Amino acid sequence: MINVAELPAWAALVTSLLVLLGAGFTIVGAIGLLRLKTFYERMHAPTLGATWGTGGILLGSIVFFSVLQSRPVLHEILIAAFVTVTTPVTLMLLARTALYRDRSEGSPDIPPPVSANGKAKAAAPD
Amino acid sequence: MSATILSWSLLIAQILLGIAMAIACFRMVRGPRAQDRIVALDALYVNAMLLLLVFGMRTGSTLYFEAALVISILGFVSTLALAKFLMRGEIIE
Amino acid sequence: MSRLLPYPLLTASLLTMWLLLNGLSVGQIVLGTAIAVMASNVTAALQPAKPRLRRWYLLPKLVAIVVVDIWRSNLAVAQLILRTDQTRRVSGFVIVPLELRDPTGLAILACIVTSTPGTAWVEYDSTQSKLLLHVFDLVDEAHWIDLIKNRYERLLLEILV
Repeated sequence: MINVAELPAWAALVTSLLVLLGAGFTIVGAIGLLRLKTFYERMHAPTLGATWGTGGILLGSIVFFSVLQSRPVLHEILIAAFVTVTTPVTLMLLARTALYRDRSEGSPDIPPPVSANGKAKAAAPD
Repeated sequence: MSATILSWSLLIAQILLGIAMAIACFRMVRGPRAQDRIVALDALYVNAMLLLLVFGMRTGSTLYFEAALVISILGFVSTLALAKFLMRGEIIE
Repeated sequence: MSRLLPYPLLTASLLTMWLLLNGLSVGQIVLGTAIAVMASNVTAALQPAKPRLRRWYLLPKLVAIVVVDIWRSNLAVAQLILRTDQTRRVSGFVIVPLELRDPTGLAILACIVTSTPGTAWVEYDSTQSKLLLHVFDLVDEAHWIDLIKNRYERLLLEILV
């Protein structure tokens, strides 16, 4: 707690709002991770934390440090760009992994490969 | 007044993120399948990164930013490696 | 010009990243430019595919649409998660036929679809160019196909050659 008291009221309120918004979306995503029943539904829950959860806290951090140091502090944009690019990649790979594993185990309710669309359900890959 | 609101809301945000991390840990231990554990691990990494950023704001120092950046990069790489391992059974083919 | 800067966009973003990390000053600009030019020349050995942007001025429009959509679906998915009765909601897979063939465009579309809560890109078949999508709240299949095709794909087709 160094200079926090020096922060003007509007900046403190904006930061509080943004940080609470981000933390709120993140906890809702975590609750989804806990409550939802199947893997493919649970896969959607962490994107809440990775989009506006991260976005809210990063925007709050930008406002906070820019006003505190009275110069634009924008290096949070790097984390934002990084999370924006990486989260879809991980989730896509995980979805494909889950689909591959479910198919090879022959689980019900899993669509056949798109290329085999219209034919009978493809034989389970070994 | 506004400083009190700010410090309280940062504290609340930290508690919420801590609970989110605990839930992710629970899902990681509980499973039921390996892909659920990896999704939970990824969520745990993102939440830890956010917690570090809020911690940086509470202490008023930008030092925690680098730690958050490193966590987000390592989290991405490890999640990818684990997902690849699940799909193929080995990471380096 | 093109020999020194084979990938101008890459060089520019590396320089931006350097300045964001180290702060803005004349010395950092010189050092960052040198490193960005060197690094992008090293990357040229990998010969990454060069995306050809025809109507780059439409990119901000796409970004704005995506930010608004992510905000809306954040709220929608948060409501769905917090709803006490979970049995009413049906989630499932949808097959979307795509016209987009460009790898860069497909990558951007995949990032948009997956980072929007409520939809996830699962599988893409390049021979039939069909996309398998998982939708969290599947009320109307046609609505989601329409959303992907008219809201994102059409704009991407306009931006890329």
